[in-house]
Amino acid sequence: MVTKLEKVGIIGAGWYGFRPQVKDLSFREMVFEAASRAYESSGIDPRKDVDTFVSCQEDFWEGISIADEFAPDPIGGAMRPTMTVPGDGIQGIIHGAMQILSGVSKVTVVESHAKPSDIEKIDKIIELGMDPLFSRLGVNVNFLAGLDATKFMKNYGIKREDLAEVVSRNLSSGFKTPRSSFASKVSVEDVLSQDFLVYPLSTMDIAKYVDASIVFILASEEIARKYDPVWIEGMSFSTAEKLGEAEYLSIASRQAYKMANVKPSQVDGIFVDDRYSYKELQHLEALGISSKEFLRDQNIEVNPYGGHLAKGVPLEASGLSLLLDAVDFIEEGHESAIVASWRGIPTYTGSVLVVRK
Amino acid sequence: MRKVGVIGAGLTLFRRRMLETPQELAYIAASRALDEAGLELKDIDCVVIGSAPDAFDGVHMKGEYLAKAGGEKKMVSRVYVGGATGVMTAISAWYHVASGLCEKVLAIAEEKMSPARPHPQSVFKYIWDPITEKPLNPNLIWIFAMEMHRYMAKYGIRKEEIALVSVKNKRNAMNNPYAQLPGNITVDDVLKSEVLVWPVQLLDVSPTSDGAAAMVVATEDVVRRYTDTPVWIEGVGWTLDNTSWPGRELAYPRYLENAARMAYKMAKIERPYKEIDVVEPYDPFDYKELHHLEGLMIAKKGEAPTLLKEGVFDIDGDIPSSPSGGLLGVGNPIAAAGLMKTISIYWQLKGIAGKMQVKKPVHTGVAQAWGDLMQASTVIVMRN
Repeated sequence: MVTKLEKVGIIGAGWYGFRPQVKDLSFREMVFEAASRAYESSGIDPRKDVDTFVSCQEDFWEGISIADEFAPDPIGGAMRPTMTVPGDGIQGIIHGAMQILSGVSKVTVVESHAKPSDIEKIDKIIELGMDPLFSRLGVNVNFLAGLDATKFMKNYGIKREDLAEVVSRNLSSGFKTPRSSFASKVSVEDVLSQDFLVYPLSTMDIAKYVDASIVFILASEEIARKYDPVWIEGMSFSTAEKLGEAEYLSIASRQAYKMANVKPSQVDGIFVDDRYSYKELQHLEALGISSKEFLRDQNIEVNPYGGHLAKGVPLEASGLSLLLDAVDFIEEGHESAIVASWRGIPTYTGSVLVVRK
Repeated sequence: MRKVGVIGAGLTLFRRRMLETPQELAYIAASRALDEAGLELKDIDCVVIGSAPDAFDGVHMKGEYLAKAGGEKKMVSRVYVGGATGVMTAISAWYHVASGLCEKVLAIAEEKMSPARPHPQSVFKYIWDPITEKPLNPNLIWIFAMEMHRYMAKYGIRKEEIALVSVKNKRNAMNNPYAQLPGNITVDDVLKSEVLVWPVQLLDVSPTSDGAAAMVVATEDVVRRYTDTPVWIEGVGWTLDNTSWPGRELAYPRYLENAARMAYKMAKIERPYKEIDVVEPYDPFDYKELHHLEGLMIAKKGEAPTLLKEGVFDIDGDIPSSPSGGLLGVGNPIAAAGLMKTISIYWQLKGIAGKMQVKKPVHTGVAQAWGDLMQASTVIVMRN
């Protein structure tokens, strides 16, 4: 792979929702709200200034076959180059960045949304993501997370108390952002006092779902310099199936660090998928950060706004939720951040961005 | 803009009720593409997957499922624009390389329609606006019948003229070893076939198919190292119209014109009817090939049937159209069919299309796909 590229800048962002149920808006109206806010934040006119549009969604989440039919209208992408990446929003960001770096676009809009409150039986939908011949187990989908957590904890000497520490820390950090529906003051003891749902996880170790829509505007280096951008310096994603380790993030982060010429220790903030408490620690290990060191050293900024445990999981928009946090973090005066997303059970796919002021 | 080329391609047979799983079909096509390129899977750094509705395979997150057919431990993702996905897969492979992020990309498209019960059409029951359209339970063939009717009414085109597309494409497919429905049929056969939704009859429509296609796309440096007969991707374009198809002028695919203009601008094509030597327009229905030849600006509005009758689009004509046999002759495993069209152009430009090879020398070829609610088009221009 080629490693040194031109930069792509984030010049605008908008979001809507981050509530367990957005009752009064359809998913299309939610996307329209987020897009309007992103265009307002940057002064971009989608009908004149944007060259390509990327939407990130999956048919079964939407309950619509060929759901990409609904992508163009709410983001101003009708009669324009609009396409869908059925994947996490960060994969969409990377596709958008590739469109810019290839020269086919100067300004690209990336959208993702989720309305899990419309899904009657989400566990059954997740089960349909498993191999139809070998692994549609018919058990609670969190069972797979329990297996993964147990192996990870054994390999790295992580204790149940460490997971409770992640939950306690992230739920209280959530108070720093208005997007947190689940922020609360919860002690380690409170978490440990819960019954197991699937060993070693209680319901408090598992992030809840939220309805949300998020839109980002990316621009070429030349255009972005006219704004006050956050630069994307490194990017990659990967799929790698290995129980007990997030090998997908090891592979993706190595490539992203190489591209950005950076080590994780040189970055100010880490925004990492924590939809299960153990995943925060497992993902840190994959990013090259010792989870034990993180647990000991309160100064390492990991999910300083509470991650998914505080804000919830907006399905394919989850990675963009972490990127929103990273952009806020940088706008508060920090220099750089790593964003590391995961697509959730039953996938082994993760994406990494290195962003900098 | 970085130069990007194609160095290998592979197809499975296109058939109904293939015994292989979707992963196995993807693996077979990918292996054949790698063999033609002279590469191994370990040489590939990025994989792009194309597949249309997840409901056909009955697998949620189908990209994750298909990633196991070659994407493991690589930068792998899926792209999606309904029926236009196959050409979008090639376009995405192009920008993976053109961006500088990847050197050797494997583009794989797969579709397995036949397991859907009671019929693949049932998957299309859920493509509509859930509030305003779904309660009417429309059928996909109904709306295409409306489009065909409108096209015929606006330009005064007769069924006999449109049926010539089916005759030509099924005849071309006789030369294609992967084809599902090749045959020497007559206009009369088409006109006497079962009426599905007037004016659409059975032989106006492509079949239900399973199949996979794969293509290896690489940087200029790699292409020049691996082949002396390079084929370059020189233009890409894609466009989505809005979701609201009932308000659209169905006689002309304006969204395709936009996509084609984007691709032609990049490839510096100013007079498509003069500069394009061979074309693979998307033909899930016979009228669609004519519709698309007009949207691609190879024929003027309403004039494609006349050129067809004059033999311009025959395999030995001025602008051979669907020399592969198209979806009508080869089959229509949706995303795989679009990539098959791209591969057909690549083989034509490389001069290795065998019995499918068109008679005239060819330097510029165009492949196109179409999808969603009569709203999406993807276009790719290649040159040797």
